[in-house]
Amino acid sequence: MVLNELQKTFAKEILDSEARSERRVTLRIDPAALIPISVHLFRELGFRFIIASALHTKKGFEIYYHYSYDSTGLVLNLHVILDQKKPEIESLSNMFEATNWIEREMHELFGINFLNHPNLEQLLSEGNWATGEYPYRKTFKSNEDVQA
Amino acid sequence: MSKQTLIPVGPYHPLQEEPELFKLYCDGEIVKDVKWETGYNHRGIEKLAEKKSYDEVFFLVERICGICSTSHPFAFANSVEEIVGVEITNRAKYIRTIIGELERIHSHLLWVGLAGHFLGYNTVFMWAWKYREPVLDLFEMITGNRNSYAMFKVGGVRRDIENQKIPAIEGVLSLVKKKTDLLVGAIMDDPVIHARTKGVGVLTRQDILDFAAVGPTARASGVDIDVRRDDPYAAYPLVNWKVITAEAGDVFAKAEVRLLEMYESISIIEQCLSGLKKEKEGDVDVKVKHIPEGYGTGRTEAPRGEVFHFVVSDGSNSPARHKIRAPSYTNIATFKKSCVGQSISDATISLAAVDPCYCCTERLAVAIDRQSGHRIMNAKEIISHSASITDKLLQHE
Repeated sequence: MVLNELQKTFAKEILDSEARSERRVTLRIDPAALIPISVHLFRELGFRFIIASALHTKKGFEIYYHYSYDSTGLVLNLHVILDQKKPEIESLSNMFEATNWIEREMHELFGINFLNHPNLEQLLSEGNWATGEYPYRKTFKSNEDVQA
Repeated sequence: MSKQTLIPVGPYHPLQEEPELFKLYCDGEIVKDVKWETGYNHRGIEKLAEKKSYDEVFFLVERICGICSTSHPFAFANSVEEIVGVEITNRAKYIRTIIGELERIHSHLLWVGLAGHFLGYNTVFMWAWKYREPVLDLFEMITGNRNSYAMFKVGGVRRDIENQKIPAIEGVLSLVKKKTDLLVGAIMDDPVIHARTKGVGVLTRQDILDFAAVGPTARASGVDIDVRRDDPYAAYPLVNWKVITAEAGDVFAKAEVRLLEMYESISIIEQCLSGLKKEKEGDVDVKVKHIPEGYGTGRTEAPRGEVFHFVVSDGSNSPARHKIRAPSYTNIATFKKSCVGQSISDATISLAAVDPCYCCTERLAVAIDRQSGHRIMNAKEIISHSASITDKLLQHE
């Protein structure tokens, strides 16, 4: 199976795995190994990048990179946990065009820094939003919160 | 290097009537580069979802897109049901599938009409939109609404389709089938449409894989993916149908895929209707009392491609995080490939060929000042702001 092969190849880099069903698997990985694992998934195994979801939790900043393996309907989530104070991770956009926008979006909304991104500008609110304000962080106070 | 001319299309698209800005960098008539700016309609829906109860989120996500308004509740239901681990009844599965496929028919008809309009072929526009009306009327009969149907909930659907309504649905389907024949005949054999769309806006198989494009955009370039078959949900495993693909990757292939998909949708609905007759009326809802802690991924094949929802639950009544990926998010990025090297006149149809949905992709209509609580902009100010962006752009380039 495609997952066994992946787990063998990256035995050290995969820290934890959780299979909720045959078609839903999450692998928590070492953030430093994101690029080699993603390149392997995309180039060798034929996975398709769906999107990445960032979360702001007590553990820090978490990103789930969602990949699809269309021949079996598998959704593989690569889970990384980043530092609370200085969230940063290597950008995938030099390798794949598909991750370019979502990394810009996560940078804009969560303030996660993507190292070596070719064009880490604001995606949604170019020039119309204060820099250094990250609305999707749990610490962000919206207008409603301020009034309440 | 010769000097490039910048042609701005937007910030309000003259034909698609949605807010976005394409910057076409042209050398003579040929497009050399294209850049895209968005954010004119960012509504912060993912953030809003964190403040709503699971029941309310359905109404929220239904308003992401006005055309495929059921695809987002569909994917959201799939993801929450994955967290809960609930299996819905067969009748609810059939009803969900019928709503999803009827939506595909009216969405594809809308695109065919718009594509005709883009090409200056307004007969196709008038026909397609005329025959889309009976489908919308059907929605009104089944759900009470022509759009934003409010049919989905965790554990099933809110309303049953009574068996006595089935003949009326079948009647509309046979009408739509006849009219689709007419449209297919008018479009597939028309030399003018061939001349305007064949070999235009070509996306290769590799382009699709690089940009992770989905839906009819991918299938028209020979990438055989469809979530309905690959990661089956609702009643799709219970009915027979096939995934339509084409190889050419041009605008014509995309039109072909969409037109032929309408026949598949009609067939799926017909099978679901006969399935409905075998199931007990009213059995459409499994009660779900609590959403446990966990996360779930839900996918559906919307008319434009795969919709992806990722929901994280902390055991409370609202999602802790709700990530939404609409198909246009990956499809729009392919413009970089499909428009470059084309003439300006072909760029408009190439931009339209992926059936882009900007409101889906962006998910601030009104900005509010955080200190005073007043609206920062009124309508006039937004228009002059938009014009100033265009002016600034033209001065800089």
